[in-house]
Amino acid sequence: MVTPVIQVQDLNKSFGDNSVLRSVSMDVATGETVVIIGASGSGKTTFLRCLNRLEEPSAGIVRLDGNPVVNSGSEKQIADQRSQFGFVFQRFNLFPHFSALDNVAIGPEKVRGMSKSDARALAGAELKRVHMSDHAMKRPVQLSGGQQQRVAIARALAMKPRVMLFDEPTSALDPELVQEVLDVMKELANGGMTMVVVTHEMNFAREVADRVIYMENGRIAEEGPPEILFRKPKSPGAQRFLRHLTHE
Amino acid sequence: MTIDWGIILKSMPLLGHGVVVTLQVSALASVLGLALGVALGLCSLSHSRPLRWIVAGYVDFIRGTPLLIQIFLVFFALPALGIRFDEFWAGVVALSLNSAAFVAEVVRGGVGSIERGQSEAATAVGMRHRQILVYILLPQAYRQMVPPLTNELISLVKNSSLLSVISVYELTRAGQAIISVHFVPFEIYTLLALYYYVLIKVLSWLSGRLEQRLPTW
Repeated sequence: MVTPVIQVQDLNKSFGDNSVLRSVSMDVATGETVVIIGASGSGKTTFLRCLNRLEEPSAGIVRLDGNPVVNSGSEKQIADQRSQFGFVFQRFNLFPHFSALDNVAIGPEKVRGMSKSDARALAGAELKRVHMSDHAMKRPVQLSGGQQQRVAIARALAMKPRVMLFDEPTSALDPELVQEVLDVMKELANGGMTMVVVTHEMNFAREVADRVIYMENGRIAEEGPPEILFRKPKSPGAQRFLRHLTHE
Repeated sequence: MTIDWGIILKSMPLLGHGVVVTLQVSALASVLGLALGVALGLCSLSHSRPLRWIVAGYVDFIRGTPLLIQIFLVFFALPALGIRFDEFWAGVVALSLNSAAFVAEVVRGGVGSIERGQSEAATAVGMRHRQILVYILLPQAYRQMVPPLTNELISLVKNSSLLSVISVYELTRAGQAIISVHFVPFEIYTLLALYYYVLIKVLSWLSGRLEQRLPTW
């Protein structure tokens, strides 16, 4: 049996009395694209942030390639493990004082210990992958939201992660800029990248996802291939959620 | 009362030497204070709890005691522990130690004000805490640190007048020397006030220029 890239077992997270994740378990196979949907407050983002330990889970285990993702050991070990997850934020979070190229190069240089010129060469290749070669020397402030998000994707890719995590990557974008980001993500998925995507873009989910997960109140309420989950949702919550979306 | 214009004219060049010493002390103390302050500020942002406590204790001590006492401690008390400076260097050291505490707070505040998403993005890439501080947060904090650092520099220049009590021959001490010979306190203290005022104005202007030249993101 092939070990899944990610194995999540009974993940729980609470902030004070507020229980955000309740016993979430799931596996992600190599090359699989999993899309997580659900109303805001359902725990999607927190779940994603618990995977790479931006958020410390209250209980449960996350395994990457069979190895538990831990928060003990040296700071370097933890950081190295975290860098196996590429993370794309809703608000891009590019480093404003670096050019697009250096935004991508800083990780390989400082974390992987590559020389500056090697890191920049790699960064150039990753920018090409997201069709941003022409803007390599620009600062984030000179780029549109869609372009910034593509640089952010390249920054994550440059670390050669085992899996890419996307946290509502198009939610902060003007509508006309959404497609260019989704196109890049689709190319990645088709190229065999393992991806977990939190999004409200149902067309993307329908087209690209191998599996869709509907979350509600911190639990996985329903999951399945998009053609089934979108056409014939079983749970009342998913039915309501999807009906609400199509009426928009 | 009559104003002794003759002594004012005679004093102006004499005070010039004091200005030079004031500038020397201030320049040395601000560079040393800045270096030590940045180091302390970074320590106060580190993950090591003892380190943070040490810095917090240091800042607390400096804020909670008068600078004049700190100057006396460096000049009169440290020699008892075998650490001896002449007046000039005692003055530089006292002002640096004082200034460093305030700079540390400015650094801590400046770095702390950078949006959380920045350190999260760097964390997600796999950077370590120290790398994030040095390569991501500190460079973005420079610009907003300039105004409070200017205030600190202005305080430092004005505070350097206190060094007259340990006979550092800076501007205030130079003025006092003239007063003790000619007994013209009104003229000389007014003149001293003017000298300091002009010095501070020039510094504020330079800082404003610097702030404009630093990039915004």
